[in-house]
Amino acid sequence: MNTTQTQAAEKTTGSAIETDNRLDQYLTFLLAGEEYGIDILRVQEIRGWSGATPIPNMPDFILGVMNLRGTVVPVIDLRKYLKLESIPFGKTTVVIVARITDADEQSERTMGIVVDAVSEVHNIASTDMKPAPEFGGALNTDAIKGLATRDEKMLIILEIDALMNNGVEQILNASEQE
Amino acid sequence: MSIDLSEFHDVFFEECSEGLDVMESGLLELDHTTDSEDINAIFRAAHSIKGGSASFGFMEISSFTHVMETLLDEIRDGRRDITRDGIDLLLASVDVLRGMVAAARDEQAYDQPVIDEVHQKLESMLVTQTKVDTGIAEQKEDTASETVQICEKANVPREADQRITSWSINFKPDASLLRAGNEPSRIFRELMRLGELTVEADVSAIPPLSEIDPENCYIGWSLSLETSASREEIEELFSWVADESDLEIACAATRQKLPDTDVEPGTGKQAPIVSAETPGEVLVEASADVTPNVQDQPAEKANTSQVTKVAEATKNKSVSSGSGKESGSIRVAIDKVDELINLVGELVITQSMLSQTGVDLANSEAGHFDKLRDGLTQLERNTRELQESVLQIRMLPISFSFSRFPRLVRDLSSKIGKQVELTMTGEQTEVDKTVLEKIGDPLIHLVRNSLDHGIETPEVRKAAGKPETGRLELLAYHEGGDIIIKVIDDGAGLNRENIITKAMEKGLIGETEDLTDERVYNLIFAPGFSTAEQVSDVSGRGVGMDVVRRNVRDLGGNVSINSNDGAGSTVTIRLPLTLAILDGQLARIGEETYIISLVSIVETLQMQKESISSFTGQSELYRLRDEYIPIIRLSELFGTKSGKKNLEDGLLIVVEADGQHHGLFVDELLGQQQVVIKSLESNFTHIQGIAGATILGDGKVALIIDIPGLIQRYSKQCQQNECLLGAVS
Repeated sequence: MNTTQTQAAEKTTGSAIETDNRLDQYLTFLLAGEEYGIDILRVQEIRGWSGATPIPNMPDFILGVMNLRGTVVPVIDLRKYLKLESIPFGKTTVVIVARITDADEQSERTMGIVVDAVSEVHNIASTDMKPAPEFGGALNTDAIKGLATRDEKMLIILEIDALMNNGVEQILNASEQE
Repeated sequence: MSIDLSEFHDVFFEECSEGLDVMESGLLELDHTTDSEDINAIFRAAHSIKGGSASFGFMEISSFTHVMETLLDEIRDGRRDITRDGIDLLLASVDVLRGMVAAARDEQAYDQPVIDEVHQKLESMLVTQTKVDTGIAEQKEDTASETVQICEKANVPREADQRITSWSINFKPDASLLRAGNEPSRIFRELMRLGELTVEADVSAIPPLSEIDPENCYIGWSLSLETSASREEIEELFSWVADESDLEIACAATRQKLPDTDVEPGTGKQAPIVSAETPGEVLVEASADVTPNVQDQPAEKANTSQVTKVAEATKNKSVSSGSGKESGSIRVAIDKVDELINLVGELVITQSMLSQTGVDLANSEAGHFDKLRDGLTQLERNTRELQESVLQIRMLPISFSFSRFPRLVRDLSSKIGKQVELTMTGEQTEVDKTVLEKIGDPLIHLVRNSLDHGIETPEVRKAAGKPETGRLELLAYHEGGDIIIKVIDDGAGLNRENIITKAMEKGLIGETEDLTDERVYNLIFAPGFSTAEQVSDVSGRGVGMDVVRRNVRDLGGNVSINSNDGAGSTVTIRLPLTLAILDGQLARIGEETYIISLVSIVETLQMQKESISSFTGQSELYRLRDEYIPIIRLSELFGTKSGKKNLEDGLLIVVEADGQHHGLFVDELLGQQQVVIKSLESNFTHIQGIAGATILGDGKVALIIDIPGLIQRYSKQCQQNECLLGAVS
């Protein structure tokens, strides 16, 4: 599914805004109508959804494992993970393959994250990011790096490690409980 | 010019640890024999570490090794007896060095007090015994530096009875000498270190200026050298240029050197030394530099002896490497090998994919594609061979793991006052590197256990009519596709009664159970189980054996124990040769494909309705001949929704683990194939009952079932369902 990646890259050019600050690039994706961004340097590749082999007795947000050119990589359904309503996977459904650093910062793992669709790549300066207010829901505030505005729309910039570490913990617990 | 040496550090560290291993095993060898070759080997190892660390700027390591080397040198020359204390101290030094090397690698500081302590001990051992014959050296102590002191102490007595020889050397290099980057003046400088050198240049061959090729060497030299060094040492210095020059080394005169007489500074033959720093440019210097200053004499002398030592060591090295067997190995980073293995694994997958397509195509077109089929068969064969040979790269002899035991047994047995003789057989048996790394700790546990619980104290052994020295044997050999490692001792063996009592206390077994020996011995693998009456720092905390079993199981092997009361026990570990591939049976459950290791499958059968019986309404048993086998419904255990429900529609795969049979209920069998094992843990986590994953020909991931883990999981689930599995025999 290289096409998706190229499309995303093509859209980049338009949205670059010159500021004095260092611009970080964020890949944004859609999830239940909301737009989220993650640090693009963490993204290894974007693939179309092609199924996963289920793993027994795992939390339901683990869709299973997939073959990433010879490595076995777990796949997470982000909708289920964030306790959003599930929808059937469609044409735009993609797997964002990202590298996640563990909470102890010792090891790194590669994970696939299933989202509704990828959107764009934005250049965002850290000064343009507003801190996230305290709010309830499945998303821990630690997992939010900040909020940014692009084209009158709010982007939720995620801290991917903090976002996923809770899930990793659940996975580890699930495997220990057995 | 500065070169960044850091890229060579890794190699240096590896060489260091190899050297340390050599030293350690050599030192342990000295316990039994005093073979001079052993001492030489230790000395050489110490020397290379010293040299290496000095050139890479690890001065602490270098100076520490230097002291060790001095001590070893004395032992080597027979000036010091080999005592157990000495060996202990040297072994301790090896440990400290190992720590220092590790610290240097991690760029951390090593525990300085520990270094100082051992350093002190080494120094004091040096001083105590050599004092007597180093009267002369001691007087000079005040002025000389510490390093020099040690050298002197070590070498002055030796120098005293050495002969001083006058050598006359005729050195006529070929014109091309300088082009090869050789520098005669460097050789002369080295020669000066050996003794007193006078150099005369023969400039007769220099052509008129107009004909001079500035890159040619036209000068010949005649040198005369007074030194205690041997001919070999001198030749060594010329070794680089020997092929490109006419070299004659002749002995002019020999005289006995008197210990107290300093070498007289050469005054008469102040011949000019010719230095050819810049090719073509001829410089003539006065020989003031050549003649050593009288005041520098002590230091100079020390230097000389140091060079002598270096030269000797180098000589020894070259001799030994010439006579020793060439192992013909290269050092390759493990990442590269793994990368290669992965690629070959991919190739196997691609090949099987192509093969499948090819077969379909060939069948459909009725023979039009014979050549394609032949080609694919060929490809398959080649791929397999390639895979096998690549996997061989990872195989290492088990001696890498066994080699630490002589030391361990020695230290431990003297600590607990037992006499133990260790024999190791089959050290060359090859096993996968990962297996090798992971089997180390379990083996240590087993050996410690044998020493602590197994082998009795000399008194007890004597009373029991056994030889006072206990026997401990480590054995490794191949059997089928597995490697078998045995730890055998001739100690007291396992005490059946003790184990049963302890197990009852811990509630592991019931009061009235009639237990087979096998079952009883297996009890010691339970977590927290120990029959040792008191907890020592060696063992007895009961964390050993369950760790052993877990580690072995993680490697896909199993461990069993056999014992004769009073005559010793044998622990047998069976491990797969490699963790990278597995002969697997593919089985389908619902939409998913699972892989079961062929080794654990006993048989596969279609179930007869009359042989199926249920047990407490929850678990099912299948009667196979005279045995009732619990049926594990994999789809239920794994919580997959799909899969056949009716037992008669599917198949029962009877598997064995820990001597017990279980039946796995699957929809159908798909085929057998060698699969490349991919880790689930690297990106995910360990899942009980799943050994890993593999990628099938169609690119899909399939899970590999870990039979012992699966059975554990099943028993746990049964226990939760208040199902009494214990009643099933």
